[in-house]
Amino acid sequence: MANEGKDSMPLLTVERLTKDFHIDHLQREIGVFRDLSFTLDKGQFLLVTGVNGAGKSSLLRCLYRTYMPSSGYAWYTSQHGHIDLAHAADVDIALLRREEIGFVTQFLRPRPRVSALELVMEPLLDAGWDWEEAQLHAETWLDTLNLKRDVWQGYPSTFSGGEQQKVNLARALIAERRLLLLDEPTASLDRIARAALVERLASAKQHGVAMIGVFHHPEDVQHLIDGEISLTSVVLNGAVEHVD
Amino acid sequence: MTVISSRPSVPLDAPRLQATPPLLRAEGLTKRYGTRMAMHDVSLEVYPGEVVGVVGESGSGKSTLLRLLNLEEMPDVGVYTLDIDGIRERDLFALPRFDRRGVQIKHIGIVYQNPHLGLRMKFTSSGNVAERLLIAGERSFATLRAAARDSLAASEFPLDRMDDPPRVLSGGMQQRVQLAKALAMKPALLLLDEPTTGLDVSIQATVLDTLKRLQRERDMTIVLVSHDLGVIRTLADRVLVMRGGRVVERGLTDQILDDPQHPYTQQLVHAKL
Repeated sequence: MANEGKDSMPLLTVERLTKDFHIDHLQREIGVFRDLSFTLDKGQFLLVTGVNGAGKSSLLRCLYRTYMPSSGYAWYTSQHGHIDLAHAADVDIALLRREEIGFVTQFLRPRPRVSALELVMEPLLDAGWDWEEAQLHAETWLDTLNLKRDVWQGYPSTFSGGEQQKVNLARALIAERRLLLLDEPTASLDRIARAALVERLASAKQHGVAMIGVFHHPEDVQHLIDGEISLTSVVLNGAVEHVD
Repeated sequence: MTVISSRPSVPLDAPRLQATPPLLRAEGLTKRYGTRMAMHDVSLEVYPGEVVGVVGESGSGKSTLLRLLNLEEMPDVGVYTLDIDGIRERDLFALPRFDRRGVQIKHIGIVYQNPHLGLRMKFTSSGNVAERLLIAGERSFATLRAAARDSLAASEFPLDRMDDPPRVLSGGMQQRVQLAKALAMKPALLLLDEPTTGLDVSIQATVLDTLKRLQRERDMTIVLVSHDLGVIRTLADRVLVMRGGRVVERGLTDQILDDPQHPYTQQLVHAKL
């Protein structure tokens, strides 16, 4: 049943996960990765490696269900029970996104007329926090990531790429999560922000947060890595081609 | 750490995580106008606090769906329930007309794309908002006025204009009066039919902002019809894609917009500028 033995099970068990895109106007399947299997325990950090197009980001998106996996399973041990992320109902995935699974990218999607500070506060407000408490917490995060105070009330659509990235990271990491999917979060950060982010990830790991990440500079997180998912091949027209 | 590990067996009968029942459940909705099939076998569930978007081109059945959910029209076939004390077990389409109107007034709010459908253009704005409470039985002028003021304020309508009739207001302000009217009875369900279509882009942004804030503060359950995928991405948690009166795809908003499965949804998403 749902909660039996959940502590002894891995947090995530991925079995033969496969992703193809079917593009209707091209009338073809574009393979991304095939038959991927691995496990992840609480507090573990897996690095995803591979060349461009090997499917690193697609793997993270499949686990977050932004992409629909084509086949295979991704069993996740939630606080609510055991569930296959590849086949779970949309409402259950929405629940897990609100409470347990975070997706961290470098790209912000600014909303018109919403300040940087409020964008960062939003996940906490959605979770029912008081405005003042959420604001305090958001300010701490923006400070940590070294975003200049005088732009906090500004609209991020006018920010530089690096500033937008800081807002996005703070927004993605502000609420506590059990599993973080990290898609090149350090890619174009300045040195201070990069160090601060890695320190926060290390602290999250210590507190039992599991992470799967794609990193532009893997050396930044070398000391955190417990294992590697190597996507060394790309699938072209259904045939696997090894690229290394 | 083992990567590419053995494959432990996992239970195949894992139960659903979401324990809360849906607020709205509609099953098998079918509607014909003469010989034209406007809607065929459409079902949906909306959970408390969720925003479900409905997208599709003109004539896809989006607005018909909203009219059915607002109990303005009856389907030829279909069952519709709301998980609210007193009416929980009842098919709302099977209620007598008077009771149905009662459910509509008390539990459902709607904002139409065309303010002329939702407002009396020559009444005062505050009068428009208070009308629903009046129909629901409230007779104290002071209470009606206070409720209208609260509701208009929540919709971020400028209160110094609350006694102006909607016909002298801008499109954006008319939508705020509609929103205030829809919220006046604190309904369980809010229906939005293209709420920002036809507004200037800057006004659109402020109306969207108000909707987002209200949704968060009141944990409102919303069905949102829009052909604007930007509006859908901003507000909706899940999306139904309709074509020719049928649901061709449904999913989480980012999944529908970033990895559409159905050929029609791919067309729709790729047609966005």
